Amino acid sequence: MQASVINIKSIRNDFPILKRKVHKDKPLIYFDNAATTQKPIQVIDAISNYYLNYNSNIHRAVHQLAEEATAAYELTRDKVAKFINIKNREEIIFVRGTTEAINLVAYSWGRQNVQKDDIVVTTEYEHHSNIVPWQLLTKEKGAKLEYIGVDDNGELILDQLDAYLDTGRVKLVTFSQMSNVLGTISKSEEIIKKCHQKGVRVLVDAAQSVPHIKVDLQKLDCDFFAFSAHKMLGPTGVGVLWARKDLLESMVPFNGGGDMIREVHKYETTWNDLPFKFEAGTPNIADVIGFSAALDYLDKIGMDKVREHEVELTKYALEQISAVKGIKLYGTPDITKRGGVISFNLGDIHPHDLATIIDEDGVAIRSGHHCAQVLMERLDVSATSRASFYIYNTKEEIDVFIRSLNRARELFRI
Amino acid sequence: MSSADIYREIILDYYRNPRNYGKIENPDISKKDSNPLCGDELEMHINLKDNKISDVKFTGKGCAISQASASMLTELIMDKDFEFVKELTKEDVLENLGLHDLGPARIKCALLSLKVLKYGIYSYVSEKLKDTASADKIKEEASGLF
Ligand SMILES: Cc1ncc(COP(=O)(O)O)c(C=O)c1O
Repeated sequence: MQASVINIKSIRNDFPILKRKVHKDKPLIYFDNAATTQKPIQVIDAISNYYLNYNSNIHRAVHQLAEEATAAYELTRDKVAKFINIKNREEIIFVRGTTEAINLVAYSWGRQNVQKDDIVVTTEYEHHSNIVPWQLLTKEKGAKLEYIGVDDNGELILDQLDAYLDTGRVKLVTFSQMSNVLGTISKSEEIIKKCHQKGVRVLVDAAQSVPHIKVDLQKLDCDFFAFSAHKMLGPTGVGVLWARKDLLESMVPFNGGGDMIREVHKYETTWNDLPFKFEAGTPNIADVIGFSAALDYLDKIGMDKVREHEVELTKYALEQISAVKGIKLYGTPDITKRGGVISFNLGDIHPHDLATIIDEDGVAIRSGHHCAQVLMERLDVSATSRASFYIYNTKEEIDVFIRSLNRARELFRI
Repeated sequence: MSSADIYREIILDYYRNPRNYGKIENPDISKKDSNPLCGDELEMHINLKDNKISDVKFTGKGCAISQASASMLTELIMDKDFEFVKELTKEDVLENLGLHDLGPARIKCALLSLKVLKYGIYSYVSEKLKDTASADKIKEEASGLF
């Protein structure tokens, strides 16, 4: 292994799956981290330890198991608060993932605050989960959905935001802090400042940013913030919605049921305090507890180091891949403006054919529209291939990937 | 099967130079479908004359397997009896392509064209021939493909 800013060897040892072989004897090279990351043994152990030793429902019972489970579940909330640097732990709502967090805001805040002829602004590089909920909302309300365009470098055209804001009709601006296709890191602070000057609320889709760069919500100063545990070493089925307390208090609940109530009578119910008002029903206790271990793991490495490692890998990968004959890269070449996500096409090889070929060499990449069909239209392609990196990836793996791309090129006689 | 076996010269040739690519004005049968998993799209137009396929064309976009499969399927059914086309199976199509043991994800690419064809025939048999019994059987075969 080459020298790295992090101890790659000991990190790789923590991920049992990296020891497996695919297609008989090929070491797994996992470059599909933007879809979901692998899980370290610490996370797997935390989940099994819960089921083996203190499985029980939380919050209501008074027996010892319930107290232990409640404490572990609530400890995760504290860790999340620290991880994204917010002051009030009760502003952290556990949900199933980014998708559910955004839908919660659209349903609960959106239906109260967006009216006929109002405008919701999103961007051309959003994941479907940050487009479809707003289409549903704006259609229902007779409001308008507008898009901030993406320039040829894969960056948002912020002049367009100014024009929308000048109409005085914008209620919400929603954007991803890092594009899951292009890797572009949005100029979040600038966007949020502009919006707040006009009294416009801002939602940040942080599904791709929180796992890869240090975020500080007190500095960022947005209104809503959403991300998923499974893209940052944690289990599937857990996500976080953070929102400012005054907003959460003004909002109606998303789901009704157990846990979210204070008192239920035949025709009236009063709501429980935050965060429970938004956590109806038995939550995903085991996986929230598993998420705690993922946060510890990232904390121990340090998010600055995570970013540094990914910059190094991405820089190397961009250099190597640029030399492959017939390659077309999407997004900015400026490494300071992008994360460890590389979208590309190779000659006239369809991304699905390419993914099939390089999978034979053990390299797992994503191919398709990446749940970003609006962006695909903008780029004028039907699909791209995407390699995305994380803390356990190495330059040696990138070398195998590049050799594999060249093999695909030869098979297709490009 | 290995990609060297999948992406043979003939598949690449049909991908890059698809036979029977295009549209037919006012066709007897017209059907379009897509694979939501990958976004591959396919549209097929067919004309019938004296119970034979007198013309067939397709348009679409997608991977080499789906596009070559569609093009080779049009050649397979051209000038054939309608009965023959109704009875086509997925084994026939894969045999014609020379593709065996494709994984569960990629077999859908190979069979998208047959699915479009079957649904097209279904609409024709149920709406124009009003033969509900045969139509139901064809629909069942189509939906069972993947
Ligand atoms: C930018 C972005 N937003 C939202 C999502 C949706 O996340 P989840 O599927 O975990 O709800 C993803 C995941 O693919 C994403 O990359």
